[in-house]
Amino acid sequence: MLKTFSKGGVHPPENKISAGKSIEILPLPQKVSIPVSQHIGAPATVLVVKGDKVKVGQVIAQSAGFVSANIHSSVSGTVESIDAVLDSTGYKRQAVTITVEGDEWIENIDRSTDLKKDIQLNAQDIIKRINESGIVGLGGATFPSHVKLSVPAGKKAEVLIINGVECEPYLTSDHRLMLEKGHEMMVGIQILMRALNVEKALIGIENNKPDAIKYLKSIVGEYKGVEVHSLKVKYPQGGEKQLIKALINREVPSGGLPIDIGAVVHNVGTAFAVYEAVQKNKPLFERVVTVTGKNLPKTANYMVRIGTSVAELIAAAGGLPEDTGKVVNGGPMMGKALTSTDVPVTKGTSGIIVFQSKESKRKADSVCIRCGKCVSVCPMGLEPYLLNRLSQRMMFENMEPEHVLDCMECGSCSFECPANLPLLDYIRLGKAEVNKIIRARKN
Amino acid sequence: MSSVLLFSIIMLSLLGVVLAVILYLVAQKFKVFEDPRIDEVEAVLPGANCGGCGYPGCRGFADAFVKAEDVSSLFCPVGGNDTMNAAAAVMGKTVEAKDPEIAVVRCSGSPENRKRIVQYDGASSCKVATSLYSGDTGCQYGCLGLGDCVAVCKFDAIYIDPVTLLPVVSDEKCTACGACVKACPKFIIELRKKGPKSKRIFVSCINKDKGGVARKACQVACIGCGKCVKVCPHDAITLENNLAYIDFNKCKLCRKCVEECPTSAILELNFPPRKPKVEAEAQVEKTE
Repeated sequence: MLKTFSKGGVHPPENKISAGKSIEILPLPQKVSIPVSQHIGAPATVLVVKGDKVKVGQVIAQSAGFVSANIHSSVSGTVESIDAVLDSTGYKRQAVTITVEGDEWIENIDRSTDLKKDIQLNAQDIIKRINESGIVGLGGATFPSHVKLSVPAGKKAEVLIINGVECEPYLTSDHRLMLEKGHEMMVGIQILMRALNVEKALIGIENNKPDAIKYLKSIVGEYKGVEVHSLKVKYPQGGEKQLIKALINREVPSGGLPIDIGAVVHNVGTAFAVYEAVQKNKPLFERVVTVTGKNLPKTANYMVRIGTSVAELIAAAGGLPEDTGKVVNGGPMMGKALTSTDVPVTKGTSGIIVFQSKESKRKADSVCIRCGKCVSVCPMGLEPYLLNRLSQRMMFENMEPEHVLDCMECGSCSFECPANLPLLDYIRLGKAEVNKIIRARKN
Repeated sequence: MSSVLLFSIIMLSLLGVVLAVILYLVAQKFKVFEDPRIDEVEAVLPGANCGGCGYPGCRGFADAFVKAEDVSSLFCPVGGNDTMNAAAAVMGKTVEAKDPEIAVVRCSGSPENRKRIVQYDGASSCKVATSLYSGDTGCQYGCLGLGDCVAVCKFDAIYIDPVTLLPVVSDEKCTACGACVKACPKFIIELRKKGPKSKRIFVSCINKDKGGVARKACQVACIGCGKCVKVCPHDAITLENNLAYIDFNKCKLCRKCVEECPTSAILELNFPPRKPKVEAEAQVEKTE
């Protein structure tokens, strides 16, 4: 009997079309726009000015506070402008635009591909290096990794959990990374274990990726303390609270963090980025992005420099098909539709999905008959129908006791609702309003 | 038989008297004095309970009005000056007259003026849409047309025009309670002075982008060229963040800015039609 989390969950069609495509390196773009806020927390402070020459890996914006991250140049060239550019939601945010000239990396990056197994740094230096390298959670939430690794006083990490679940349909970037960079990732895990001072690391992978499970199980013997666990397929198993429940059968208390129950969760992509930062001195300036869609001429997993335009990714995959209804940044369950393809790839972009128009329309909604399906699928044990109503009637103060802040916006409720109600849209609004109320109370 | 009847009647009457005495004593002991003028003031208020005054309903306003030493900060936008005078008369005070106000929608981005580039398919609420993305056009400031303002209006004074897809405020019905101003997540609606005979001039745009960007997104956007600022003889117009704003306290409704605006972003409402220009020039020649 395979492990999984106990409460709720749904089974969307997997559609992992690009699972068999190995990671390709996308040719360098002409120009990149690197937003200064690609992470949760304070936007980084720009260090360069117009006309500056930058090299690959150079810090162009410095972390502004503890919960923030450095931003590095992903190309070499001249800074063309520091201006507001469109982000994936259609709002304009500050970004550094660089014209690409050649591909000159800063000297201390080790560009060789040999595996470097022995870890020289101690825990503190590892966390410092990760902070300097601008590494954030690459699963999509983009929470700065060094914050997760700095265990607060009085708490102790007991186990490191590595998230290789990739429960979102369509996405295959983590899957490919596990298959192609397995050893590097394992060393990355060892580095994270040393930073946290834990003896045990568990990798959780859903069993729809049997090749990855088989491969990692075959190499895991070389790495002390690491175990590979195969999990039953169920969305949203990649949510950190669900993954902890599935692997070690502990529940994160409401409003708490995984560290409260001794667990720290990192994504496989993050583990690979940590390897590159610590062993190769290479900051985070590129990531694997899945480009997929049923109609797309070619689906692929690209290694992309941060700041490359989404339009360029789609062009490399054969261009937008005629019958395109929607382009989504991220997975189909939690990702957001783009208002324009002229937006940059950021650290949190795990995939670009092109939907046909018939797939991209929501069905007409009707009325709630209180069938309770949303309640039974909610992995956090909330009552989405109730939260939806409270939010629609602007009774936000009543939403807080209903634990609306525990909602992780996985979208299972909206997916399952037989009346096609936009439950998550309203719950998300409620969350934002409740957060405002809490902030007002603190001040 | 009759003795049973008699007994019951006597017992119940006695019980009634005793309980009445207890109730009376308790009522005397726990009596809460409430100023009778609160009721009187409440009676002259409109009774719409819209909250436009900032208090929870008309009773709340009446309570505040009676208790306040200085009533100059209190105003019932729905009832206007007549109601305020009546309420002040109850209290034996006088209140200053305030000019009537009205809600204006500062966006003219109809589909004709502002091309739709995205289709929105989520929950039909401006607040939700704003939390998801910038809007279905190139302008991130403009009206989304999903009608949060219509939903909150208690006076049926606002509706979405089916052609322009923009909210329209009724001159007669709008009471300037300000509910729509608070409901609009894009801060497009503003309360402005109604003006004599409802004549008013305002910049119908809140786009703070640079001129070129704004114009590309919408034909009638304020591009921050500053021509209106120069032409205004009353110093009523200021330019900030590429956006002109007309101060309604200084504006004398001369309409010079309306003519000058290259993108027709400044709107004039309820003015008589202008005389054709040729005729006006001919008249000038005649007088010479």
